[in-house]
Amino acid sequence: MTILFFADVGLVLLVLAIGASTIFVRKAFDAVIAFVVYGLLLAIVWVRLSAIDVALTEAAIGGGMTGMLLLGAVARLRSAELDSPRIGLRVRLAAGFFCALVASCLAGALLLSPKAIPTLAPAVMENLVHTGLGNPVAGVLFAYRALDTMLEKVVLLLALLGVWSLAPNDAWNGIPGLRVYERPSSTLTFLAQVLPPVGIVVGIYMCWVGANEPGGAFQGGTILAAMWLLVIVARLERAPSIGQPWLRIGLVVGPITFLAVGLAGLVLANAFLGYPPGYAKALIVAIEVTLTISIAVALTMLAAGPPKQEQQ
Amino acid sequence: MNLALDLFTVSALSAGALFFLAGTVGLIRFPDPLTRLHALTKVDNLGLGLVVLGLLPHANGPVGALKLVSIWLLVQLSGAIVTQLIAGAVRERGPRE
Amino acid sequence: MSDATLFGLCGAALVGIGLYGLITNPEPLRKILAFNLLGSGVFLVFGFISRRAAADGFPGDPVPQAMVITAIVVAFAATALAIALVQRLLEQTGRATLSSDEPVSADKSNS
Repeated sequence: MTILFFADVGLVLLVLAIGASTIFVRKAFDAVIAFVVYGLLLAIVWVRLSAIDVALTEAAIGGGMTGMLLLGAVARLRSAELDSPRIGLRVRLAAGFFCALVASCLAGALLLSPKAIPTLAPAVMENLVHTGLGNPVAGVLFAYRALDTMLEKVVLLLALLGVWSLAPNDAWNGIPGLRVYERPSSTLTFLAQVLPPVGIVVGIYMCWVGANEPGGAFQGGTILAAMWLLVIVARLERAPSIGQPWLRIGLVVGPITFLAVGLAGLVLANAFLGYPPGYAKALIVAIEVTLTISIAVALTMLAAGPPKQEQQ
Repeated sequence: MNLALDLFTVSALSAGALFFLAGTVGLIRFPDPLTRLHALTKVDNLGLGLVVLGLLPHANGPVGALKLVSIWLLVQLSGAIVTQLIAGAVRERGPRE
Repeated sequence: MSDATLFGLCGAALVGIGLYGLITNPEPLRKILAFNLLGSGVFLVFGFISRRAAADGFPGDPVPQAMVITAIVVAFAATALAIALVQRLLEQTGRATLSSDEPVSADKSNS
């Protein structure tokens, strides 16, 4: 029972307490704040589980971007905060019993898992040298399970299409209604002028270093998206109207590059998404760069929401 | 030499943790949003600064040390700006709770 | 109990908490929060599997980690779409709930 174990126990108790407060607290705003804190604590849990890439993704997307979306939603829904009829006590007890059953079955399955879990780590590391990458997670994302990563980007685009299709008819091709800071604020303007250069460098660095160390296209793209959103919220730039050609090209350049490399792999390497030997690292880096751009644009547009007003 | 560095790290981290604790107690116990913001800035500046100072001997070379210090500077920047914005909002609308 | 098991149990508990919130909270926004909680609990179970599958000196199996990264992004996309739908519901009907009961007026709410 080392000190580290007690620290882990403390961390787990904190995570569970904040997670529970997300569910049980009365006001929606408090629940959203608790959820953001929960996301950041979860990033620490991921570091303790030796999954640094996942910790970066959870902190950036799970904590940061989702928190931003939820805060915007709570601000808009504040005007409609009604006291919905609370579920009766008996239903709640039954639901609690059922959920406790599910949780304990899951916990039992975890505790009864065999000592030696079948692992793919040696197979991953053995073939990693052929891809030229040093980060096994990047190897899995872009070489072994590249189809998943490509389709994940397509899922982002589909969600964006869904969000855009919620626009009123006359606002199609218009400007997203992201809530910007209404009062002119010199402090926010100062932050939006000082932070984005740093953020862009950090985002590009994270994408570049993801080949050999924890990082990657998703984490870097999220930071770039956050910087763009900061600039829009501080009213230094307007949100782009969704009909802009450069916006749409930016959105699809990632998946199209991925798909093109995949189809070329059919010819050059005898497999869809196969890489010809010797060119693997270069192709993967090219895919990662375009994917970072597309992810940054897609996340920004997802957070900006459906178009609200006509293009001017 | 290593013992001295370790002692330095432990003492700096403990002092930083003390400031974190003080800031958290202030966040919970102070009556007013403005006073709570005042408590939080101590966490951002001094608490994190001491923690970063304590970790500097164990950083990965000068680049790693530079990254740690830049983390501290970025947290200070965003913390200061957000504190200003919240305080401005509180002053305009009055403390809500 | 190794550290991985502790976090796996935490994930199982979060699945239970999230599921409870999903079932019992009538507002769509709270359901979205509970859904995210449920999802992150499942991801922690994956993290447990990844950490336990450490072999040959590697700290963890990278395949479940890559799956969790994919899942976090997809969960964010689903959350974004769900929030856009809730906001559209608010604009169309003036209420942010799917319940067909008569709404209790705002001044009776305890805040």
